[in-house]
Amino acid sequence: MPPAVILFTLVKILLLLVVLLTAVAYAVLFERKVVARMQSRWGPTRVGPHGLLQPLADAVKLLTKEDITPSSAFRFIYTMAPLLSLVFALLAFAVIPFGPPLTLGGVDAFQVADPDIGLLFLFAVSSMGVYGITLAGWSSNSKYSLLGSLRSTAQMISYELAVGLSVIGVLLMTGSLSLRTIVDAQAGTYWGFLPRWHVFPQIVGFFCFYVGAIAETNRLPFDMPEAETELVAGYHTEYSSMKFAMFFMAEYANMVAVSCVATVLFFGGWHGPLFGPPSLQVVLPLFWFALKVFCFLFVYVWLRGTLPRFRYDQLMAFGWKFLMPVALGNVILTSFVIVAWPALSRFWS
Amino acid sequence: MYQALFFLFAASAVGFAINLLIQRHPIHSALSLIGVMGSLASLYLMLGAEFLAVVQVIVYAGAVMVLFVFVIMLLNADKEEPSDRSKMAKYLGLPLLFLLLAMITVVIYRQFPEDAMVQFGDFPGQTAAIGRLLFRDFLLPFEVISILILIAIIGAIVLAKKEP
Repeated sequence: MPPAVILFTLVKILLLLVVLLTAVAYAVLFERKVVARMQSRWGPTRVGPHGLLQPLADAVKLLTKEDITPSSAFRFIYTMAPLLSLVFALLAFAVIPFGPPLTLGGVDAFQVADPDIGLLFLFAVSSMGVYGITLAGWSSNSKYSLLGSLRSTAQMISYELAVGLSVIGVLLMTGSLSLRTIVDAQAGTYWGFLPRWHVFPQIVGFFCFYVGAIAETNRLPFDMPEAETELVAGYHTEYSSMKFAMFFMAEYANMVAVSCVATVLFFGGWHGPLFGPPSLQVVLPLFWFALKVFCFLFVYVWLRGTLPRFRYDQLMAFGWKFLMPVALGNVILTSFVIVAWPALSRFWS
Repeated sequence: MYQALFFLFAASAVGFAINLLIQRHPIHSALSLIGVMGSLASLYLMLGAEFLAVVQVIVYAGAVMVLFVFVIMLLNADKEEPSDRSKMAKYLGLPLLFLLLAMITVVIYRQFPEDAMVQFGDFPGQTAAIGRLLFRDFLLPFEVISILILIAIIGAIVLAKKEP
């Protein structure tokens, strides 16, 4: 590999991280603002115009707070857990394509890597992300943390199945695990007006995916692991300062990652109407991608402002007895239609 | 570069495996096992077996080991006290280990001519190829195994279910 390519790749990864962490910081502000409006409040307004510098103030606050390690904690794992959480949350972005292929200096500008198994890579990363929460709860050596992390582990294992099954429909339709190929398969329109997004034929799959993904990111209405009214703060009860901030960042990075994956798999990725001069046409796909991700983030906050929390046994019953059978049925139906389609269309014509 | 990476991941796999045996606390042992699986996945990846590598992470590191850790946490298992080792194990353990290693080495050298090197990157492990093998050439064993697993699941439920 020539050194220029390595340099360009490193710069690209660095840029992505900067953009991502900024997006994560502002996702927190966005959530506070939107939830506040839903509850007839103003939200943060003091720091900067409309509270726009609030993330900066939060960062300074978290950095300068005292970092406390409980005396009976398992120190090594206690320190590792937030790192694991954040690293696996950020790792997901390594395979997400943000825009059409654009080669700059021998490096694809809008995607870090495009492995043939991109989608499976995402599942591998999300399945490893469980460890951050599990180990945090265990190593804190506190009952609330332990309860929170036990719940969370059970919840994430259960919902991973439904999420995994729900995307098989998309895989059957594209025949590839590469995220770029999946996005490319969604170019164009059905009957001239409806975008060829997978969400239309795979509406059931999308429903299962999104519900499961919300559960996997531990967000309301599935935020059992940190149900503050029952468990103080769940798995990160004992954490403070930057270690707590890492869990916080990991949660929001996971939200952004899920929104990106939903966009890529079901909503056509960067595809959208292109117009204007060539320079605008380079930027527009990125804009469409960001807009779709933004909509998903809004839905996250919207759900939080609307729905009450599930009870734990309801959550498990919903995952195993409803979501998984529905996702499985969707797989069977989709494969049946794909096999029978040629015969059916011959029969009609 | 591949060679350096190979030795890195091979050494880390062996290191984690040794750590697994040395650690006294079950959680630390379980975490070392995850390290072993991760290193193995990296080795698969370097051979070009992308699918196998990712499935290794998803199934073993991500699902099986999470259950291990989960059970250890649920039972709140504490440090294991070293048991009184038998004299046999103390004196015969290491020699037998070396004997086993020597035998494996001999078998591998018999199987492969000395100039054969591992070819990085051309292992036939592409997703489509594996799918074709599983669902065409080895369909019957595949289905039989899935029925076997189903029986095991039903058996576990029957055993775990309390009498009303």
